[in-house]
Amino acid sequence: MTDILLSLSGLTKAYPGVVANDDVSFDIGTGEVHALLGENGAGKSTLVKMIYGLVKPDSGEMTLRGRSYAPAEPRAARADGIAMVFQHFSLFDALNVGENIALGMEQPPRMRDLADRIRAVSETYGLPLDPFRVVGDLSAGERQRVEIVRCLLQDPKLLIMDEPTSVLTPQEVDILFATLRKLRADGTSILYISHKLEEIRRLCDTATILRLGRKVGTCVPRDTTARDMAEMMVGSSLKTPQRAGRDLGPVALELQGFSAAAPSAFGTALKKVEFRVHAGELLGIGGVAGNGQDELLAVLSGEIRGTEGSLRLKGADIGGLGPRARRAAGLLTAPEERLGHAAAPNMSLTENAMLTGAVRERLETRGFLKWGAARAFATRIIAGFDVRTPGPDNAARSLSGGNLQKFVIGREVLQRPEVLVVNQPTWGVDAAAAAAIRQALLDLAAGGAAVVVISQDLDELMEICDRFGALNEGRLSPTRAVGDLSVEEIGLMMGGAHGMEVADV
Amino acid sequence: MIVLEKRPEPSRGWSLATPVVAVVATMIFGGIVFGLLGTNPVAAIATIFWEPLFGEFAFYYRPQLLVKGAPLVLIAIGLSLGFRAGIWNIGAEGQYIVGALSGAAIGLAFYPAEGWYIFPLMVAGGALGGWAWAMIPGLLKVRFGTNEILVSLMLVYVAEQLLASMSLGLLKNPEGFGFPGSRNLQQYPSAHNAELIAGTGMHWGVATAMIAVILAYVLLNRHMLGYQIRLTGEAPRAARFAGVRPGRLILFCLGVSGALAGLAGLFEVSGPAGQVSIDFNVGYGFTAIIVAFLGRLHPVGILLAGLLMALTYIGGEIAQSSLGLPASAIQVFQGMLLFFLLALDVLTNYRIRLVQRERS
Repeated sequence: MTDILLSLSGLTKAYPGVVANDDVSFDIGTGEVHALLGENGAGKSTLVKMIYGLVKPDSGEMTLRGRSYAPAEPRAARADGIAMVFQHFSLFDALNVGENIALGMEQPPRMRDLADRIRAVSETYGLPLDPFRVVGDLSAGERQRVEIVRCLLQDPKLLIMDEPTSVLTPQEVDILFATLRKLRADGTSILYISHKLEEIRRLCDTATILRLGRKVGTCVPRDTTARDMAEMMVGSSLKTPQRAGRDLGPVALELQGFSAAAPSAFGTALKKVEFRVHAGELLGIGGVAGNGQDELLAVLSGEIRGTEGSLRLKGADIGGLGPRARRAAGLLTAPEERLGHAAAPNMSLTENAMLTGAVRERLETRGFLKWGAARAFATRIIAGFDVRTPGPDNAARSLSGGNLQKFVIGREVLQRPEVLVVNQPTWGVDAAAAAAIRQALLDLAAGGAAVVVISQDLDELMEICDRFGALNEGRLSPTRAVGDLSVEEIGLMMGGAHGMEVADV
Repeated sequence: MIVLEKRPEPSRGWSLATPVVAVVATMIFGGIVFGLLGTNPVAAIATIFWEPLFGEFAFYYRPQLLVKGAPLVLIAIGLSLGFRAGIWNIGAEGQYIVGALSGAAIGLAFYPAEGWYIFPLMVAGGALGGWAWAMIPGLLKVRFGTNEILVSLMLVYVAEQLLASMSLGLLKNPEGFGFPGSRNLQQYPSAHNAELIAGTGMHWGVATAMIAVILAYVLLNRHMLGYQIRLTGEAPRAARFAGVRPGRLILFCLGVSGALAGLAGLFEVSGPAGQVSIDFNVGYGFTAIIVAFLGRLHPVGILLAGLLMALTYIGGEIAQSSLGLPASAIQVFQGMLLFFLLALDVLTNYRIRLVQRERS
């Protein structure tokens, strides 16, 4: 553990208008699992890209096993024993596992030999994988295994993993961690990028924390609380969302046997979805990405229509209403994709306030728009949700992700919804903004509204929700009170382990 | 290495400056083309831009500016609504022809009766004809997902055949000694779109174009429908989220552009052209596409662009007759204008940076 594998010193990289990395230095030991922590925009990706040869540093040096290391391209980095598993997979659905792995190799061996090697590696590290299965049929966790096995075949000295658990169920995370620990035991170093602090505490030996491109600290995660690490990431103390005691009102939103066809070839059909949410209640809907979350939001917002079943708002059937009529009735929604779906990138914040606010905020009279009122509404959102922007006349795309998210959530919250449905409310949002958004959702429920939070962040759902259900291939599990749930049960609700088992090793 | 870097916000300055810079660039490169053809470039450019406005025969050309500009503006306003929403009606020429045919047919059906109601009926007929012709690509798109660009464009050629058939058959002047073409509406007072003030070129079409500019401005800036049009163009998913019904919007935009093109055709056939003839259409429907973009899809911009385009038409004709420039050189000149405009348009959303290439 005292051996240093890779040493970074004084790495700096500036892009026009922003310094992505400023004088970052740290060492990764041999056989060490090293966490790289930081909020979005802290410079984690740029740093990793420099190590992997995708970006050239402006200044600073790297030494690999005592020798100067300056990869010109990822191929050179791979030749030096550095491998990376990206957050977004680069696999061809129509090809099988072996073919996909062969595609990434310089000189692929014969398929039969490769298949044997894939089997050997996957068995050694507890990642069962059939080389002849078509990738399109694999679950997200299995796809990730393909990527990991692809890296392991290169016999890497350093494995870089970018947010590997964001697509996994808790069971799959356990399997992944078992694999990573085994790799560590064999002397492979791992650079582990994440913002999930509890996972880092379970897995990592050392953590380097980045903020605004600078290294702000190191710690031993096992001996540090998640809260302390979060505060180092943010640079200020965090407020924990406050849950007030609430009385549940009558049923606000109810779906019964609700099905909808997939809106596109890549979409997921919703199958007999049922849930009810009461006034004053927060319902969390979890699940691995791509299991019908977008579609569920779209059927609630009125963008796509159901094919059977009923959708009732306060007892009235609203299945046939369009988005505007649903807003008028009190059902508001905030989609996951901020730019292009929740907001129009090139339009000003005032115009974006009009986008969903026209009906309830009375920003139009007989079709004619009241821009003054829209501007005042936008200003209210900016002030009420601490949106950092010069003013309501700025284009939506000029805002950072977190600020635009605050604007989008604020726009719906301020319209006093009776039911609010949000999809991934804190995705890509820094910790302080995420806390503010969660607090706003809690306050809304405390005020008597029903809130449905669709999210892939289980910690978030456990923190703020009263009940929990999980989407799996377009089906929703029965919802259950959060207090009674164990992590294992949640994993099973999310679709079990997708047939994954820790292999006997 | 030249790198295009996306601006955080569209540049307001460049958005206004590009049309002007494009006109100047067109003058320079057009001048070079004219020079290569053996004409004095300065004289050619002066003939095109100066002669119609301030030359010896300006008293004749100035009214022509309105006569030529009005149909361009009227059609371009309609097209710009669709273009803003990402609905590409390329077939305004066909809607223009069908509008003229149906309007003229109504007038000719009443011949020789006189009555105040005849002309208004023709106007309604012209709008309806253009609207109906545009509904073909519209309904096909909404119902079957066809491409409106292809369908509307191909319907132009159908309309041209229809025009030829009408001027040789159904609408042919029975007293025309067998020549193709209808009766001359200029000689039928109830159906004649006469100048409102003699000698100014100001006819009903010009007035309608002005009203269309104002209404389009109000629609786009003050009305929910105009907002939905802009939103659909900017972010189609956000538009559906906001509650826009895409099918309705497609039919509205195609319908309005078709009706306005049809009106332009009616005002032309009953006024400056006077009769339905084989070569009645002169490409206003296509030039209006240039006008719409030159005017930045903005109603006031389109008004100015329409007048500028009319100027190059008239100036181009003068240059053809007095300097002997070929007609195709003038078309190249007009084409250049669109080319430079679209090329420079990049600067609205991107800035150009010269960077040293990173050594690899």
